[in-house]
Amino acid sequence: MSESTVSKPARQDYEQALDQSDRNVAAFEGHEKNIFDRLQHFLHGNPTMVPVIVLIASVIAFGFVAGSNFFSAFNLSLIMQQVSIIGILAAAQSLVILTAGIDLSVGAIMVLMSVIMGSLSVKLGIPTPLAIAIGFAGGALAGFLNGLFVTRFKLPPFIVTLGTWNIFFALTLWLSGAQSIRSQDIDAAAPLLKIFGESFRVGSAQFTYGSVLMVLIFAVLWYMLNRTAWGRHVYAIGDDKEAAELSGIRTNRTLLSVYALAGLVCGLAAWASIGRVGSVSPQSFQEANLQSITAVVIGGISLFGGRGSIIGPLVGALIVGIFNSGLRLAGVDVLWQLFAIGWLTIIAVAIDQWIRKLSS
Amino acid sequence: MTYSKLLKSFMLGAAAVSVAALATPASAQEEIGACLITKTDINPFFVKMKEGATAKASELGVKLSTYAGKIDGDHETQVQAIETCIASGAKGILITASDTKAIVPVVKKARDAGLLVIALDTPLEPIDAADATFATDNFKAGELIGQWAAATLGEEAANAKIGLLNLTPSAPSVDVLRNQGFLKGFGIDIKDANLIGDEDDPRIVGHDVTNGNEEGGRKAMENLLMKDADINVVHTINEPAAAGAYETLKSFGKTEGIVLVSVDGGCPGVQNVKEGIIGATSQQYPLQMAALGIEAIKKFADTGEVPKPTEGLDFFDTGVSLITDKPVDGVKSVDSAAGLEKCWG
Repeated sequence: MSESTVSKPARQDYEQALDQSDRNVAAFEGHEKNIFDRLQHFLHGNPTMVPVIVLIASVIAFGFVAGSNFFSAFNLSLIMQQVSIIGILAAAQSLVILTAGIDLSVGAIMVLMSVIMGSLSVKLGIPTPLAIAIGFAGGALAGFLNGLFVTRFKLPPFIVTLGTWNIFFALTLWLSGAQSIRSQDIDAAAPLLKIFGESFRVGSAQFTYGSVLMVLIFAVLWYMLNRTAWGRHVYAIGDDKEAAELSGIRTNRTLLSVYALAGLVCGLAAWASIGRVGSVSPQSFQEANLQSITAVVIGGISLFGGRGSIIGPLVGALIVGIFNSGLRLAGVDVLWQLFAIGWLTIIAVAIDQWIRKLSS
Repeated sequence: MTYSKLLKSFMLGAAAVSVAALATPASAQEEIGACLITKTDINPFFVKMKEGATAKASELGVKLSTYAGKIDGDHETQVQAIETCIASGAKGILITASDTKAIVPVVKKARDAGLLVIALDTPLEPIDAADATFATDNFKAGELIGQWAAATLGEEAANAKIGLLNLTPSAPSVDVLRNQGFLKGFGIDIKDANLIGDEDDPRIVGHDVTNGNEEGGRKAMENLLMKDADINVVHTINEPAAAGAYETLKSFGKTEGIVLVSVDGGCPGVQNVKEGIIGATSQQYPLQMAALGIEAIKKFADTGEVPKPTEGLDFFDTGVSLITDKPVDGVKSVDSAAGLEKCWG
């Protein structure tokens, strides 16, 4: 039996009008296909692309403006070293910001833990690995404390961490007497503290273990956020906490784990910072919390939570480093470097808002 | 029962204390009051200052109250401290002002009320807004290390490549004085002495800022070495910045043949001079500043005499000495052992 032999049932008259009707299946309204809409769509799907494009463009641009000194493998690897600490803090910051929170205390936790690690091992002679472990535990505990205030007492993260920032800073000064522990004393008593300052060469590039640690932390967090249920919960809470709760996520427990993990990462940053700076310096990194937020924002993570890739802040931190280095080598005064980074931050948030329009 | 007893005795005790407190002013009518107001309570420099003032005050029988801002730049707390001080009937105030311009009106209020106001370490703007200023001559501190660096290099000073690690982008006066003093001491035409960076001597590679800590020193030194890897003279605003710069020099394999100089004279810094990490540092004496200040207030209360500035300067110079273990001809210095005896922090 071939198709042609099948006789169609005769149509009724009233059905004939159907032939003139739209035969498309139900669909959403089509988009205007101008270039900006396409771009907006593309960026909405790939929020990390903005910082990546800015990163590549700025490397090329500064390569022309600042010359061969800038564009050397050595300088580019040096920028990696310079941003490593802020980069690690930005990773911790991202976790909290993804839940639509903010953590102003990341820098203070880091400095406090570095002072604890240094005091225990250099001044009190406790075995270095134990001192480092205590520093990690302290970092996690400090983060947990932030989380506790946010979840149990329902206080806004901004206020909680504004408070603990001051508290941790005060403890730092109290424990250290505002005195640095000298590099040479660390070498003598606890060289392990400075391990992340050691470097190895690849061609003319010089990488410290601290820069490697930064990349590793981002890789691990990327896996946790994208390949585990916990990670999906973090995004869900940031996107809409009530909806997440209604769908069965134990939001408070997840939030607590986010703050504690962020604190632990700050503990890692503390260890790395001793290697980077050389000494334990209670007066350093006073603006680290704000710099970490800058890196996160430039990296395309939305301050409203739930959107953005953890890789973004790594790129964001590198962009800040590239701008500073490039402008400096081009002979631009320090204050204009601040000026440029300020604009960069505002523009990054403006782009985020523009992309977000699509989802509303 | 025991509880109410406890409460009763506590109340009685409290009453006794308050009666005693009321009685104090009457019985201590003759006692001279003085106030010390520092920028913060945490910087070892100010801690030492407080120590010096407290010791001298108890020696002379002066009743000292101390106040400090919460952080460097905390102007409000200092204003409140001065107001409290005027109200307490003190005879004089020693102050390291956080905001040297904004503090002037309230300082005037104190002087109008008959108090002697002495600026310690940091001159007010204008400097004659205080009755006197007891401070380190920061220009001279810079000059000493500049002269030492030039003499250490000898003939090679003519081909030096100089990197300057300063404090902050806003370049406060201490930053300018140390920077310009160093360059003048090194033998460079500094043009306007109130301006960092207007020099055109080709030996200067560049300036960068450190925020006066190790992390900033390290980064700034990296930046300057990227500009010119042949830098062999490094001026630093203070010893933590110098320690950071040294870490960079170490990681770049450039510790040999570098002349690294600094200012302050804190104990970790002098220790670094002893170990050959810093070539020379200019030591200042916060303890001395405060002790002299208390003496001046006592004298003012007793005789009405206002302290006079050092000849040729518009402030009283509390002294600075060059600390180095490699002395050079023509620049007076003391060794690190002597420096460690007088170091602060």
